[in-house]
Amino acid sequence: MTINIPTFCLSSIGPWLTLTVTAIVVLLLDALSPKGRKAYFPQLSLLGLAVAAVQTVRLWGRTGDDFARMVYLDNFAFFFYLVLILGAALTVLISRQYLEDYGKNLGEYYALILFATLGMMLMVAGAHLIMIFLGLEIMSIAIYVLAGLFREDLRSNEAAIKYLVLGAFSSAFLLFGMAMLYGASGGTLYLNDLAHRLVETAALTKPLTLLGLALLLVGFGFKVASVPFHMWTPDVYEGAPTSVTAFMAVGVKAAAFAAFARIMFLVFPAFLPQWNMLLWVLAVATMTLGNVVAIAQSNIKRMLAYSSIAHAGYLLVGLIAANQLGGVSLLYYLLAYTLMNVGAFGVVILVGRKKDSYLNINDYAGLGAQHPALAAAMAIFMFALAGMPGTVGFIGKFYIFSAAIQAGYLWLVLIGVMNSLISVFYYLRITVIMYMRPAEADLGAIAFTPSMNAALVLTAAATIWFGIFPGLIYNLALNSMKAFPGL
Amino acid sequence: MIDYVWLIPVFPLVGFLINGLLGQKLSKNTVGAIGSGAVGLSFLLTVGIFLEYLKLPPQARPVEKVVYTWIASGAFQAPVAFLVDPLSLIMLLVVSGVSTLIHIYSVGYMHDDPGFYRYFSYLNLFVFAMLTLVGANNFLLMFVGWEGVGLCSYLLIGFWYEKQSASDAGKKAFVVNRIGDFGFLLGMFLIFWTFGSLNFREVFALAGNFPVGDLTITAITLCLFLGATGKSAQLPLYTWLPDAMEGPTPVSALIHAATMVTAGVYMVARCSALYVLAPISLTTVAIVGAGTAIFAATIGLAQFDIKRVLAYSTVSQLGYMFLACGVGAFISGIFHLMTHAFFKALLFLDSGSVIHGMHGEQDMRKMGGLKKKMPITYKTYILATLAIAGIFPFAGFFSKDEILFFSLVDGHLVYWGIATAAAFITAFYMFRSVFMTFHGEARWDPHVHPHESPPLMTVPLIILAVLSVVGGFVGFPIIEGLHVFRDFLAPSITPLKAAEHHSVTFEVAMMIFSMGVAGVGIYTAYKMYMVKPELPDKVVAKFPTVYDYVYNKYYVDELYDATVVEPIKDGSNFLWTGVDDQVVDGAVNGSAGFVAWLSAHLRKLETGFLSNYALAILLGVTVIVGYLLGYVG
Repeated sequence: MTINIPTFCLSSIGPWLTLTVTAIVVLLLDALSPKGRKAYFPQLSLLGLAVAAVQTVRLWGRTGDDFARMVYLDNFAFFFYLVLILGAALTVLISRQYLEDYGKNLGEYYALILFATLGMMLMVAGAHLIMIFLGLEIMSIAIYVLAGLFREDLRSNEAAIKYLVLGAFSSAFLLFGMAMLYGASGGTLYLNDLAHRLVETAALTKPLTLLGLALLLVGFGFKVASVPFHMWTPDVYEGAPTSVTAFMAVGVKAAAFAAFARIMFLVFPAFLPQWNMLLWVLAVATMTLGNVVAIAQSNIKRMLAYSSIAHAGYLLVGLIAANQLGGVSLLYYLLAYTLMNVGAFGVVILVGRKKDSYLNINDYAGLGAQHPALAAAMAIFMFALAGMPGTVGFIGKFYIFSAAIQAGYLWLVLIGVMNSLISVFYYLRITVIMYMRPAEADLGAIAFTPSMNAALVLTAAATIWFGIFPGLIYNLALNSMKAFPGL
Repeated sequence: MIDYVWLIPVFPLVGFLINGLLGQKLSKNTVGAIGSGAVGLSFLLTVGIFLEYLKLPPQARPVEKVVYTWIASGAFQAPVAFLVDPLSLIMLLVVSGVSTLIHIYSVGYMHDDPGFYRYFSYLNLFVFAMLTLVGANNFLLMFVGWEGVGLCSYLLIGFWYEKQSASDAGKKAFVVNRIGDFGFLLGMFLIFWTFGSLNFREVFALAGNFPVGDLTITAITLCLFLGATGKSAQLPLYTWLPDAMEGPTPVSALIHAATMVTAGVYMVARCSALYVLAPISLTTVAIVGAGTAIFAATIGLAQFDIKRVLAYSTVSQLGYMFLACGVGAFISGIFHLMTHAFFKALLFLDSGSVIHGMHGEQDMRKMGGLKKKMPITYKTYILATLAIAGIFPFAGFFSKDEILFFSLVDGHLVYWGIATAAAFITAFYMFRSVFMTFHGEARWDPHVHPHESPPLMTVPLIILAVLSVVGGFVGFPIIEGLHVFRDFLAPSITPLKAAEHHSVTFEVAMMIFSMGVAGVGIYTAYKMYMVKPELPDKVVAKFPTVYDYVYNKYYVDELYDATVVEPIKDGSNFLWTGVDDQVVDGAVNGSAGFVAWLSAHLRKLETGFLSNYALAILLGVTVIVGYLLGYVG
C-alpha cells in the first residue's frame, strides 16, 4: 500500500505558524528567563502579530485551498485574519498595566492570547467541518483559562467554570450536528462537497440534515451569544479579567460569525427558507433582550455584555439577509465592533483603576471635567456603539439594515431600528453621567500608559475616520465577499 | 486647480479644528491669523478656480468633482462631491471673499472678548458649512451644509450665552429654522422618491420630462421654499432674524446679512429647473417675496436700534431677491444677492464700528453727530446707504433696478407697485439712520467718548465700500453685451421663457423713475430728520395707532406668541399636569417604564445558576430541533 502525501505550501498557513512559534517562544522564555525579562512579552507578542499581519497582506488575493482541501485561501479568510490580529494586538496593548496591578503579567497570558487567535484563524479559514471544530476548541480552551486567570478572584473562577461547562455542553451539540451532516451527506465533511451532496440526498435524509443544521445553529448561537444561548455572557464578561472580556467580545464573536456565515452561505443555501426564519426569530429576541436588559445594568462590564448580545442580534440580521451586501455588512461591522468595543473596554480598565475598583456606571461621574480626553474617547465609543452618524457604528448599521431591506426583511429592519433607539438610552447615559454629573470626590490620578494611550487614540481615531471615510473597508469587504459567488 | 475644489471648504475646517482644539493655548493674534488665514486661502483658491474656469471651453463646463462616496448602497448614493459651475462659483466667491474681510474685521472687534478663540472656531466652522452648502453637487450634501450653518448660527447668536436675551434668541432661531428644515427634508425625500437621485444635474435633467404644472414638482418646490423661508427669514418665518442681532455684530454682518440668510435664494435659483415647471410655486415665491419686502421695510421705519433697522432692511431686501426669483428673474435675484452682500455687510460692519466706538450703545436716539468723530465709518456708511437706496451708479442701483424692471415686465403691476413702494421706504429709513447716527447734534451720554476704529476694522470697511460702489458694473444694463454677470450665470439657470428684447427707452425711463422714487425717499428723510426734527413726533402724534403697530412690529411676535407659542405652552401645561403625570407616565415614560420593568424582570432570568443556563440551552435546542423537524412534517 502506498500512502500519498499531498503536496502543500507552508506559506498558505504562514500567519498560523508565526503565531504558534511566537506563543511557544513566549512560553519558553517565561520558563527560562529571570523575572525582570518578563516585561518584553507584550512587545514580543505584538511583533508576532505584526509579522502575521504582514504575511496575511502578502497572501491577499490568493484563492483556492491547500493542505488537502482543508484550508481555504480566500480574501474572506484573510480579511478576518486582519480583524482578529487587530483585536489581539489591541488586547495586548490594553492588558499590560492592568495585569501588573493584579501581579499577573505572565508569559502564559500572552501565549494564550496568541493560541486563541490561532484557533480563531483556523475557524475562519477551515474548509472542513473538523477543521472548524478544531479551531473552535483551540480558541475556547485558551479562553476558558484566560477567563480564570485571576485565580484568587472568586468572580474570575466563577466565570471560567461557567464558560467551561456550558462551552463543553454546546460544543457537544455542535459536534453532534456535524456527525449528523456526515451521515446525511453520505460521508463528507468538506464544506464544498456538503452543499450539493445534501441536496442530492435530500429525498432520503432531509430530517437528518435539518437536525444537523439545528445543532450547528445551537453551537454557533452559543459562541456568538445569541438568545437563548446567551445566559453565560453577563456572568463571564463580568467575572473575567477586563482585558480578556474585551478579547472575547471582539475575537470570539468575529471568528464565530465568520465560520457561521461561511457554513450558512456555502453549505445550506438550499435550506435558506428553513434557517433564516429561525434566525429571524433569534435575531429579534437577541437584539431586544440585549438592549432591554442592558438598561437595568449598573455595572459597566455587565452593561457592555448585554450590549454585546444586542450586537450579536444586529449581526444576525446581516446573516439573514444572505446577500452580498449582507456579507459585506458583517465584515464591516465586525471590524467596526473590534475598534469601538476594545476602545470602550480600554476606558473601563483605566477608570476601574487598581484592581477594578470602579466598575459602577456612577463612577464615571465627573470624568468629563477631570479627565476630558478620556471622557471624549469614551463618548466616541458610546456614540459609535449607539450607531450615531459620523462613526463606524452608523455605517455598519446602515449596511446591515440596507442589506436586510434589499432582501425584503422590512419588519426585521424596523425592529432593528427600534432596538437601536432603545440602545441610545444606555449608551448616552454613560455620556450624560460623564459630562453632566459632578464627581462626588476627586477622581484622583488615572494610570495612563503609553501602550494604553496608543490603543485608545488608535481606536477612537479609527472609529471616526472610518465613519467618515468608509470606502476603504467597504471595498476590502466587497472584495472578500467574492469568495461567495453564489450570493 | 479645479481638481482641488474640495480644499475650499477644508481650509476653514482645518482652521476650526486648530482653533477649537488648541485655541485656548494660543495667543489671540495667532488665533486671529489662523482663522482669517484659513478663510483667506479659501478665497484665493476660489479666485484661482474661477480664473481657470473662465478659460475652459464651453463643452468642458460645468465641472463635477467627486471627492469620495460616503455611503453607497444600491440606487442610493451619498457622495461628497462638488459642482463647479457659474452659480456655485459666484456664491463661493461672495462667501469666501466677504468672510475673509469679516474675519479680519473681527480680530479688531472681538479683541477684548474672553471667548476669542471660541468665536473664531465657530466662525470658521460656519464658513466650512456655508462653502459646503453652495459647493455641493447634490441635495444631501447641501443639506449637511444647510444644517451646519444653522448650528453655527445658533451657536453664534447665543455666543454671549450668559445674557438671557442672547440665549433666548439663539433658541428662537433654532426652533423657527427647524420648521423650515422640515420642509427642505420633505422636499428632498420627494425628490429622491420621484427621480431616484439627489444629484442636481441628474434631477434637473430628468425634470425636463415633466409637464409644466406637474403636481409632484409643485409639491417639491413648495416644500423646498418652506425651507427657504426659514433660512432666509421670509414671511411667515422671519421673526428670528431681528432677534438674531443679539450676536456679535460681525456675525450679524456675515451670517445674518451677507451669506447664510441668502442660502434660501441660492437654493431656489439652483432649483430654477424645478421652479419653472411649477407656476403655483413661482407665484407663491413672488407673493411671499413682495409681501416680505414691504412688510419688513415698514417695520424698519420705526426702529431705534441701529442693528434692528439693518435687520429689517435685510429681511426686506431678501424679499426682493425672492420676488425676482418668483417672476423668473433668477439671475437678477442672485445679482442682488451679491451686491446686497457687499453693501449690507458694510452697513453692519459700520454699525459695529459705531457700537465699538460708542462703547456698546446701539440706540440711535443716543447718537448723532458722529460724522466728525468717525470719518471713515461715516463715509463708508454713506456709500453703502446710497447703494441700498438704489442711486446710480452704486451697486444696489443695478440689481434693484433689474428686479423692479422684471417684476413689471414678467410679473404684475402689483408686484412692481409694492416693490417700488418698498424702495421708497428703504431709501427713507436708511437715510433716517444716517441722519440720526452721524448728523445733527451729539446726543450721547457725557461719559461716552466716540472714537474711530483701528485700521484692522476700517480697512475691510474701505474694501467693502469700493465693492459697494463698483460691484454693480458687472451687470450693466441698456447696452447689450455688457451684462457680463447675466451671460456668465446663464448656463446655470433654467429660464422661465426665452430672453426678450426690451426697448431701451422703456428701460431708461424705468431707471429714472426708480431713482426718482429713491430720491424722494431721501429728501423726505432729510426734511424730517435734518430740517425739521420735530416733524417725526408730529407724524407719530397724528397717526398714533399706525405708529403703534409699526413700532411694535405689527405685533407679529405677540401674535405668534398668542396663537402658536402660548397654545403650545398651554397644551404642554395641560399635557404636563393632566396627561403627562397620568397618561404619559403610563405611555411615553411608560414605554420607557415598561422597558425598564421588562428589563428588571428579564434580568431575574439571570439566576447565576449554571444548571438554569444549561436548561435554557436545552430548551433552545428543543425548540429549534422541533421547529426544523416539524417543518419537514
